[in-house]
Amino acid sequence: MSDTKNFMFLNRRAPYGTIYAWESLEVVLIAAAFEQNVSLMFVDDGVYELTKGQDTTGIGMKNFSPTYRTLGDYEVRHMYVDKASLEARGLSADDLVQVEWEDWETEESVDNIVEVVDSDRVAELLDESDVVFSF
Amino acid sequence: MSIEVDGKTFETDEEGYLVNLNDWVPGVAEVMAKEDDLELTDEHWDIINFLREYYEEYQIAPAVRVLTKAVGKRLGKEKGNSKYLYGLFPYGPGKQACRYAGLPKPTGCV
Repeated sequence: MSDTKNFMFLNRRAPYGTIYAWESLEVVLIAAAFEQNVSLMFVDDGVYELTKGQDTTGIGMKNFSPTYRTLGDYEVRHMYVDKASLEARGLSADDLVQVEWEDWETEESVDNIVEVVDSDRVAELLDESDVVFSF
Repeated sequence: MSIEVDGKTFETDEEGYLVNLNDWVPGVAEVMAKEDDLELTDEHWDIINFLREYYEEYQIAPAVRVLTKAVGKRLGKEKGNSKYLYGLFPYGPGKQACRYAGLPKPTGCV
């Protein structure tokens, strides 16, 4: 499709405390219906959105972290995580959820579309995007 | 709003979705279907059960596209199309089946 654009959702905030992370996720879920190339980028405190083992019982909010794992089903092909942001918080790729992607017709599949990238690549990816939504 | 199932009252929102999804029992789907003049078959239950499992795992109701693909994968390619799903749930598989399954309305559904 010639009018397909590259959409990048830039997530820079912790998952709870503000509504940004959840709002971003909801827009991603809706964007999938428009058959665009949707990618997500996690930088700064946004990297916490993808951490495993979240437990929100103490704050009385819904734990929406399991929802990220279905994004492959919503045709999201790439979820990039800024390496420097991870390291600054003492985290590594092992602390993050894995998200599978599979084309159900061709059975082509990717085990994990979450990819840790360095700052130069972050800049490059943002630059290549037609539309950047910042949350 | 509310519905009655086996003498028990379940609270629903203004569109008929269960307010508390942990309250759900299969009778909820039976009563809701009856109000829509629909008889639930095993084929309906396959979809309702799938939706409940999907929600349990991912904490959202799937978009119709995602539901369609997943059904095709799990229950056979001939069932993974909107014609089959609309045949079962004429008010829309996302809205109607999710309501019967006690799930919230799918994100992006207006």
